[in-house]
Amino acid sequence: MGLFRRESWNVGLLVILALLLALTKAVQPNYGAAGFEGLAQAALPFAFAAAAQAIVVIAGGIDLSIASMMAVTSVTAAVLMEGATEGQAVWIALFVLGLGAAMGALNGFLIVITRVPDIVVTLAMLYVWEGVALMILNAPGGGASEWLKALPIGSVPLPFLPESVSSFIPKALLFLLVCIAVVWFPLKRSKLGLQIYAIGSSEQTAFRTGVPVRRSKVIAYSVAGLFAAMGGLVLTASTGIGAPIPGPYLLASVAAVVLGGVILGGGRGGLIGPIIAVFILRLVRTILTFLAVDPNVTTIVEGTIMVAVVMAGGVLALRGRRRKAA
Amino acid sequence: MSESRIPLLEASSVTKVFGAVRALENASLEVRAGEIVALLGANGAGKSTLVKILTGALRPDQGRVRIRGSELAFASPTDARKSGLIPVYQESSMIPDLTVADNLRLTDTGTEPFRHWLNELGMGDLRLDARTSGLPLATLRILDLARAIADDPVVLLLDEITAALPTDLVQKVLEVVRSQKDRNCGIIFISHRFIEIGAVCDRASVLRDGRTVGSLDVRPGVEDQVVEMMLGGSLDSTAAVGDSGVAGDRAAGPPRLRANGLSAGDNLVEVTFELRHGEVLGVVALEGQGQDELFEVLSGFERPTGGTIEVDGAPVVFQHPADAIEVGLAYVPGDRATALLMQRSVHENIALPFSAKASAWGAIPKRRERERVAEAIERLQIDTRAQGELRRLSGGNQQKVTIGRWTAANAKTLLLFDPTRGIDIRTKRQIYPLMRELAAQGTSVLYYTSELEEIPLVCDRVVVIFSGRIVDTINARDVDESMLMRAAYGLRPSSAEAA
Repeated sequence: MGLFRRESWNVGLLVILALLLALTKAVQPNYGAAGFEGLAQAALPFAFAAAAQAIVVIAGGIDLSIASMMAVTSVTAAVLMEGATEGQAVWIALFVLGLGAAMGALNGFLIVITRVPDIVVTLAMLYVWEGVALMILNAPGGGASEWLKALPIGSVPLPFLPESVSSFIPKALLFLLVCIAVVWFPLKRSKLGLQIYAIGSSEQTAFRTGVPVRRSKVIAYSVAGLFAAMGGLVLTASTGIGAPIPGPYLLASVAAVVLGGVILGGGRGGLIGPIIAVFILRLVRTILTFLAVDPNVTTIVEGTIMVAVVMAGGVLALRGRRRKAA
Repeated sequence: MSESRIPLLEASSVTKVFGAVRALENASLEVRAGEIVALLGANGAGKSTLVKILTGALRPDQGRVRIRGSELAFASPTDARKSGLIPVYQESSMIPDLTVADNLRLTDTGTEPFRHWLNELGMGDLRLDARTSGLPLATLRILDLARAIADDPVVLLLDEITAALPTDLVQKVLEVVRSQKDRNCGIIFISHRFIEIGAVCDRASVLRDGRTVGSLDVRPGVEDQVVEMMLGGSLDSTAAVGDSGVAGDRAAGPPRLRANGLSAGDNLVEVTFELRHGEVLGVVALEGQGQDELFEVLSGFERPTGGTIEVDGAPVVFQHPADAIEVGLAYVPGDRATALLMQRSVHENIALPFSAKASAWGAIPKRRERERVAEAIERLQIDTRAQGELRRLSGGNQQKVTIGRWTAANAKTLLLFDPTRGIDIRTKRQIYPLMRELAAQGTSVLYYTSELEEIPLVCDRVVVIFSGRIVDTINARDVDESMLMRAAYGLRPSSAEAA
């Protein structure tokens, strides 16, 4: 019960996701394993962008440069991997992840040192990273190693599961979960994670309690950069080339964070919610496409869902509190 | 026992300058093992600046701080904590979105000692997995204190630890603080209440205008001496309070404000009283007895769940705080921050209700506004040296602004919620005669205060609220503190004697 209550937002999101999957099946009876795999693949870069945004928002900030950082890491990987051996590509991938973390850390340092508001610094960095990406590669090009391209494709054959079930576990989803789990769960359990929540909840109080506010903030931005780099690699993997123009990931990441139960302003929420939210938003698109709804209407529906869910969540939380008080 | 000779904490010739303001000039402070030292000073004397320097939040321009004889560069609160100086600030240090347990993890506080001190403070049944944002203020203060003591401080700094506590908890806190003497810990104790200082402190160190002007042993009767040191000899204002006297019962007529069986959920139950023209009606209650709801209902912030309000004999219903203001009920909340625009000027803050009255698209009559504001500043003797931004003013001066805006707007009724909480004695002594003066001019005042000694100084009558109900209405001339205290605890005079 305690777990259920604490994770009530995520449980609610999962229920919505299940309903939407059922609805998809109803609208398009032959929607199955292949469809779900496509969904996971399409959601992948959005999910990494959302994870990156979520950790910064939890720390009480915002990062407008996420999509640009994805572009920089994507083109860097594409340029370096073109002509590289499969073995070299592993080192390149690791280098790109380090590059992302470094870019994020630079964002953090600039915010901490200049004391310019985060929204201003990262807006400036949005343009800077965009320029850097174009300098590295001024038109879509480069290449990607075969193993990287294969990473999000297909399903996971689990020996103890029949083919019909395991085909519903796309590699893209597993890859996403592993990446998030490796970074997020150790962080969340550590004191560092606690400090990131603390500075997001109340920077002043955290400072007075002896939390190293600046260090925690730089680390939060750095982890965001790392997730952005994962997003960049995924982009290169799925297209086989690097694209220097940032995709629509910035506002989508903010949308997923809000829908995912992370409070703008900091201190509340996690990474799981925003990732489920990404799937919900993607799936809504799929359904509306199946229904042949005008694409312009699609965005209106997405916006409406976002406000409605956040509002409903607020109302439910308020009613829960009242019942507890009574 | 030679260790008591070496001071645990020694701050000497500490100086801090902000622009043109010399906040601290050669301030010093010494705390020995097993000693509780009161740090005293009127608002603006430099207390907060000294606290910030001791806790590492600010660096001094000159001077040094030593703990156990070794000098420390207080670069950050983390360093100060590591050296053994554990502060309990005026506001809670619990991170609101984290659970109590996570808050303990953040400061590496052991759960066992924390539990022990929580028990001593009478809150042993608190759940550690509760999110601290849902806890009442008094509980948070107790958590702060228990955590600080559990951190095994060399020097414990307590800044207004009792300010938001109900009386029964204050006693527990004072007991626990006193018991720390046996652990040879040094304590710096900041409080506006002399009774508490007399009860726990060994010595008092007094600041005035950024300088340490003296250090006295605390013994009965030291209060006068301390007040004199704090005020720098200008004690003329003391007399003013005594002279103002308390007006007798006003002539009968329709009351200015009448509450008829007013209820707000379970917290306020069928409260009936009258506030007459030109009367100051005191409200006395322990923490959380329904006084908050009463003021919120009367000021239109919350709707009553039952009962009616009458103003000048006519029933009123408030849909919005503006409706209450419209009929002349002006609310001054206990938390000044919620009443003021901290980043705007003194002028704008005072003129706010006045300019809100100008029609939506009409020009604000600037000249009349200026005159009225100047009059309010004059009348309340607001220190306007830092008038550009309100947050730069001392607490006492901010409070004067919250009251002054309503006198400037000619509000007929003031609803004051603990107007003297956390402000210096000089300002308090300016506020008391002001209340009497306003009453003499026909203004009605509903005056909740947590400082019982104010009741006979300011009020005509007093209502006592206990667990949501009015349990007593007394003529303020006939009360003394112990009587009010008994009533506030819901004890009838007779039953108290019988028990």
